[in-house]
Amino acid sequence: MSHVHETSGSAANRVKALVATLEAAGVLTERDLDASVESFLERAQPANGARIIARAWVDPSFRERLLADGNAAVEELGVDLSHWAPVKLRVVANEPGNHNLIVCTLCSCYPIALLGPSPTWYKSDAYRARAVRDPRGVLAEFGTQIADEVAITVWDSTAEVRYLVLPQRPADTEAASEDALRALVTRNGMIGTALL
Amino acid sequence: MFGVGDRVRTRLMNPAGHTRLPAYLRGCPGRIEHLLGTLPFSDRRAAGLSSAEEPAYTVRFSTRDVWGAGGDSHGSICADLFEPYLEAAE
Repeated sequence: MSHVHETSGSAANRVKALVATLEAAGVLTERDLDASVESFLERAQPANGARIIARAWVDPSFRERLLADGNAAVEELGVDLSHWAPVKLRVVANEPGNHNLIVCTLCSCYPIALLGPSPTWYKSDAYRARAVRDPRGVLAEFGTQIADEVAITVWDSTAEVRYLVLPQRPADTEAASEDALRALVTRNGMIGTALL
Repeated sequence: MFGVGDRVRTRLMNPAGHTRLPAYLRGCPGRIEHLLGTLPFSDRRAAGLSSAEEPAYTVRFSTRDVWGAGGDSHGSICADLFEPYLEAAE
């Protein structure tokens, strides 16, 4: 989620130096830091995203609010994004004529709070370079065939916005409960590399 | 300030320091898709110069306008860009 480059040794060294200085000054301990990271990661799960998507499928007015103002809508479901400030959540809906795909070509921005830690491929140079150059080909390699007549919109997360794809509701799920729908939502579906 | 639907072109620039205008999107025509309000301008903030905010926009580019004939014929790329990266286009 942060703009820390995976190959940036100098940034890692600066973080180490900063932590050492804060520890020496008695501001915090390594244990405080670990606890803070652990507590964040405990709450950062793809189940959060799935809850949001399933609600949008069953509640058209929630869907409308979600697409208009993602931060406010997910707060209704008790998902706390306050640590994101000033980051905005933008939810983009797949439609019969348009498929959405998310990438961060500059680094690896990703809605960790809603999807959990990002997969390794999402941070790879290959995905970051090719998702914008040949999205249809990249999707095919994921086993996701997008018909030629369907447009693909690639969202490159270059500033303080995190994107989440609202997949189309799977066929033949009219009778499914909201709980059952949640179980159908996958992480890759919310990145846009899979259809549901 | 730009409004939704305005035609813009990204600047051809190659700054020595940090920028969030990806190289592949430089010099490309696009349209303002969405207003993001103002955000701390990362280029100046990364240089330790200032954390002042600049207007930011989601800009939509036709894939063909970015990659030429090899690009997907009806796809688009949207990116979140600061106002200093953009100039008005006809």
